[in-house]
Amino acid sequence: MKWIDIGHEKDLIEEGGVCALINGIQIAIFRLGKPDRIFAIDNFDPKSGVHALSRGIVGSHGSHITVASPIYKHHYDLRTGICLEDHETRVNTWPVKIHQNRILLGGHNLENYQ
Amino acid sequence: MSQAGRTFVVVGNGMVGQKFLEEFSQENMAQDHLVVICGENHPAYDRVQLSSYFSGKSPDDLRLAPDSFYQQDHISLHLNKTVTSIHRDRSIVRLNDGSSVPYDKLVLATGSSPFIPPIEGYQLDGCFPYRTIDDLTSIQSYAQSKATGVVIGGGLLGLEGAKALKDLGLETQVIEFAPHLMAAQLDQEGGRLLQRKIEALGIKVHTGRSTQKIESHSGMLRLTFQDHPAINTEMVIFSTGIRPNDQLARQAGLAIGPRGGIIINEHCQTSDPHIFAIGECASWSGTFYGLVGPGYQMARTLVSFLKGSPEPFKGADTSSKLKLLGVEVASIGDAHGTSRDSTSMSFYDGIRDSYQKVVMSKSRKNVLGAILVGDTSNYTLFHQMMKNKTPLPSDHDSLLLSKGGERGTQSSPMVSDDSIICSCNNVSKKQLSDCIIKGSHSINHLKETSRAGTSCGGCLPFVQEILEADLAKHGVKVDRNLCEHFHFTRQELYHLVQVNKIKSFQVMLEKFGKGLGCHICKTTMASILASCWNHHILSEEHSTLQDTNDAYLGNIQKNGTYSVVPRIPGGEILPTKLIEVGRIAVKYNLYTKITGGQRIDLLGARLEQLPDIWKDLIEAGFESGHAYGKAVRTVKSCVGDTWCRYGVNDSLTAAIDLEKRYRGIRAPHKLKMAVSGCTRECAEAKSKDVGVIATEKGWNLYVGGNGGSKPRHADLLAADLDDDSLVKFIDRFLMFYIRTGDRLQRTSTWLDQIEGGIDYVRKVVMEDSLNIGEQLEQDMQALVDTYQCEWKTTIEDPIKLKRFKSFINTKEADRQIAFTTNRGQIKPVRPMEA
Repeated sequence: MKWIDIGHEKDLIEEGGVCALINGIQIAIFRLGKPDRIFAIDNFDPKSGVHALSRGIVGSHGSHITVASPIYKHHYDLRTGICLEDHETRVNTWPVKIHQNRILLGGHNLENYQ
Repeated sequence: MSQAGRTFVVVGNGMVGQKFLEEFSQENMAQDHLVVICGENHPAYDRVQLSSYFSGKSPDDLRLAPDSFYQQDHISLHLNKTVTSIHRDRSIVRLNDGSSVPYDKLVLATGSSPFIPPIEGYQLDGCFPYRTIDDLTSIQSYAQSKATGVVIGGGLLGLEGAKALKDLGLETQVIEFAPHLMAAQLDQEGGRLLQRKIEALGIKVHTGRSTQKIESHSGMLRLTFQDHPAINTEMVIFSTGIRPNDQLARQAGLAIGPRGGIIINEHCQTSDPHIFAIGECASWSGTFYGLVGPGYQMARTLVSFLKGSPEPFKGADTSSKLKLLGVEVASIGDAHGTSRDSTSMSFYDGIRDSYQKVVMSKSRKNVLGAILVGDTSNYTLFHQMMKNKTPLPSDHDSLLLSKGGERGTQSSPMVSDDSIICSCNNVSKKQLSDCIIKGSHSINHLKETSRAGTSCGGCLPFVQEILEADLAKHGVKVDRNLCEHFHFTRQELYHLVQVNKIKSFQVMLEKFGKGLGCHICKTTMASILASCWNHHILSEEHSTLQDTNDAYLGNIQKNGTYSVVPRIPGGEILPTKLIEVGRIAVKYNLYTKITGGQRIDLLGARLEQLPDIWKDLIEAGFESGHAYGKAVRTVKSCVGDTWCRYGVNDSLTAAIDLEKRYRGIRAPHKLKMAVSGCTRECAEAKSKDVGVIATEKGWNLYVGGNGGSKPRHADLLAADLDDDSLVKFIDRFLMFYIRTGDRLQRTSTWLDQIEGGIDYVRKVVMEDSLNIGEQLEQDMQALVDTYQCEWKTTIEDPIKLKRFKSFINTKEADRQIAFTTNRGQIKPVRPMEA
C-alpha cells in the first residue's frame, strides 16, 4: 500500500476533525487523545448529501467511536464507517497513521479512485 | 505510531480468534501490537451461518468485520499463512513461507478440524469434510452436476450439511451412528421426533448405522454397512465430530488433555505462561467445547487477564436453541439427566407435534436441564430457571403445559439482576436494564448498546420481554439523563459545574461522566460552561465541544455553507451601515434576506470565506449577531413613542438597551425578545421568551411565549415596572431559566413543565422565595461584564482561525459546493457524491 503525506500532525485538531482533498476525494481525519488515536473516513455524509463529516463532533456510543454529522446528526463509526442509525449506510474508512510527525494516508484505493 | 508495546501473535482468525481481536482492541491497549496468522483465504466469518452460503449469501455477507478493522494500526493480518512450529526457547513462531515472527505472548485460536473416521475410501473423489468456506465452495461446485448426496453424521453440523445439500437441490440422506439424531443434545424421544420432522421434508435418515467402507463404481459412490443394505450416492459429506487442532502445541511440548486439546487454566493460560489457548483447540477441565459461546467466553477471559483484572473462566453453558431445517430444537444444561439426584418429566403434544422434557433436582426442586423439539418457546423460561436456580412452582407440571410467551412475562421478575441473559456476549439482566434506562427503548437500539442477542440471537425474545417489562415498570418514564455519558440532568450538571468550579469538558467527563462524550453532552457542557464562566467558545479546550454552528460562528445550511448575521440591535440601522452590509454581500456574492428578527441574513459563505467577511463587517462597525448560538438572539421592537402616534413609551431605546445587555448570553436554547411601545403589540412581544409591553405606568413583563410550531402566548410575570426593576427581573428570570432548564428546552416548555409553573417562577423571581435573587443578578452581571464579540476575538487569533479552512493540504476551494441563480441571487445546488 502506498502512503500519501498530507501534512504535519499539528494540522490536526485534537478531539476533532479536519479535511484533506486527495485526487478530488474529501477525506475527514480525526484525532482523539487518551489514548492517542487517529481515524480517516469519507468527508461525505450520505444521509445529507453534504461533504461535512470532518466538522462533526466526535464521541462514543457504547463501544463505538463516532462522529455526528453536523447536518442531521447521524452517527458514523470511525472504525467501520457504518452509520449507527442505519446499518445499511456506510462511508469508506481509510488507513491513516502518523509517522515522524507527518500524517500518512493509505493510498491503496485512492490511486484508483476517480 | 508507537511500537513500544508487546507483540501478540494470534494464530487463527476464526470466530473465537476474531472475538479476541475485537475485545482486545476495545480495551485500548493501543501500545500493543497484534499479528494475526490466518490459514484461510478469508478473514473471520460467521461459521455458525455457514449453510446460508448455499442459500445465496456471499462470503462477504458472512464476514465478521470489515477490511478497515484489520487496517487499524495495531493489527497486522496475514492471510493464507500457517504456523508450522513454535520455538518457545526463542519466543518465535515459524511460518510456512519460511519466515518467523517473534512474540511476547502467543495466543492459539487454531480451532478444530473435522474428525473423519478411518473408513476405507474416505478420500475418494466426491467425499468432503464440512467445515470451512473453502469446503463449501468445493461442495457447491461438485454438486452442480449431481442429483444425490449423503451426509455421514447426524449431529448439529451434519444436519446443517444436509440442509446445504437439500438447498443445492440434491436428494439427501443422513447416516447416523448413534440410535438417534443429535445424540449429544437430545434424548431418544426428542431425536426420533426430530427425525420424523426432517423426513417429512424429504430427507431420509438412517440411524444406528456404522459405515464400513466407501467404494467407487462408475461415477457412483457405494456405502456399505453391517447388517443393512448398501446405499449408492454421488457425493458424501463427513460431519462426524471435531478434534481440537492441537498439533502445534503438541510439537512445542505443551500439556495436552486426555481427549485432545491444549490444557488451559482458568485464565486460558497453557502450561507455558506466555502461551494462551482459546476456543475449540483448548481443553478446560478435561473437555473441549465445540460451540462458539464458550469460545467467546474464553476470549473475554483472556483479555480480562491481559489487562490485569482477571475474570476467570469457570466452564461454559452449552445450552442452545436453533432451527434445523425449519425444525425448532433446543437443549439446555443437563439435558440427559446425568447429575446425581436428578429426575425428569416429559410431555409429547401430538397435535402440535412437539416434545418437551425438563430435568429437575429431586431434593432442591429446581430445573437442571431441558430438551425441546418442535416448539422452543419455553427455552428462555427453562434456561433462566436453570441459570438462576429458580425453585419449581408448586404445580411444577404446569411448566410443560404453558406457552413460553405467557409465562415468560411473569418470569421476568424472577430473574435476578446478575443473571446472564445473553450467554454469547455475557450480558446480564442489570446491563440490559441499564441500557434501557439510558434510552435504548427499542429492541434494535438495545441490541446495539448492550450487544445482547447479536450472536446467536436465541435470547432475543427474552431481551424483548425485559425491555417491555422495564419500560412498563418505568411507565415509559421520560429519561432525563442527558446521554449515556452523563447520568445527570442538565440542571444537575449546571450545579456540578458551579459548585466544583469546573472549567472544561475533559475534567467534567473524568469526574462525573464516562466514555468519550457525544454531540449531546459536549454541546450541553459547552453551553453550561459558557453560561457559568463566559470564556470564548472557540478557546482551545472548548472549540471541539461546539456544534458546527458555534464552531464556525455561523448557521450551517443545507449545502454545508454558513450564514453571516451581524447584530442590528432593535432593528435600527444607519443607512450608511446598511450600504456597507450591501457592499460586503456583493463582494462575497452572498444571498441576502431580511429576517423575522429585524436584521439581515447573508447566506452561502464558504468556511474559508467567513474570517474575511467578518473582518470587513467588523471594520464597518458591526459585531456578531449570535444567530448561530443557543443564546440571546434579537430584541425586536416597534418605533415606540418617538415616532408612533399611539406609543406610550420609548420601546426602541428599551429594545436596544436590552439587546446590548443580553447579547450572546448562552442558555439551554435560543432566546428571543421583543419590546412593544403600546398595547397594540406591533413587536409581537407575547410570542417571545421575554416580551415587554409599554403601559401608561411603565412596563409589563411577559415570559415564556413562543411562535414556531407550538405557539404559546407569554404569561404576565409582572406589571407596571420601572426601567431598573424591568432589568432586574429579566436578569433573575433568565438566569433562573439558564440554571434549571433542560437541554434544548425553550422557556415556553420550561414554564409548562416546571413544578408550580408560572406561579412558582413568579415567587422565585419577584418575591425571591429561594433567596437567590441577588445571586442571579450577580451571575447575570458577570456575563454582561465579560461580553466580547466572538468574531472580533476570533479574527485576531491565528489559533482560533485554524479551523476556518476547507482542507489542510490545499488552498483549493471546495468544488462540491455549487450554486445556480434564482431571482438574481445565488441558490444552492445539492452536491452529488464525488
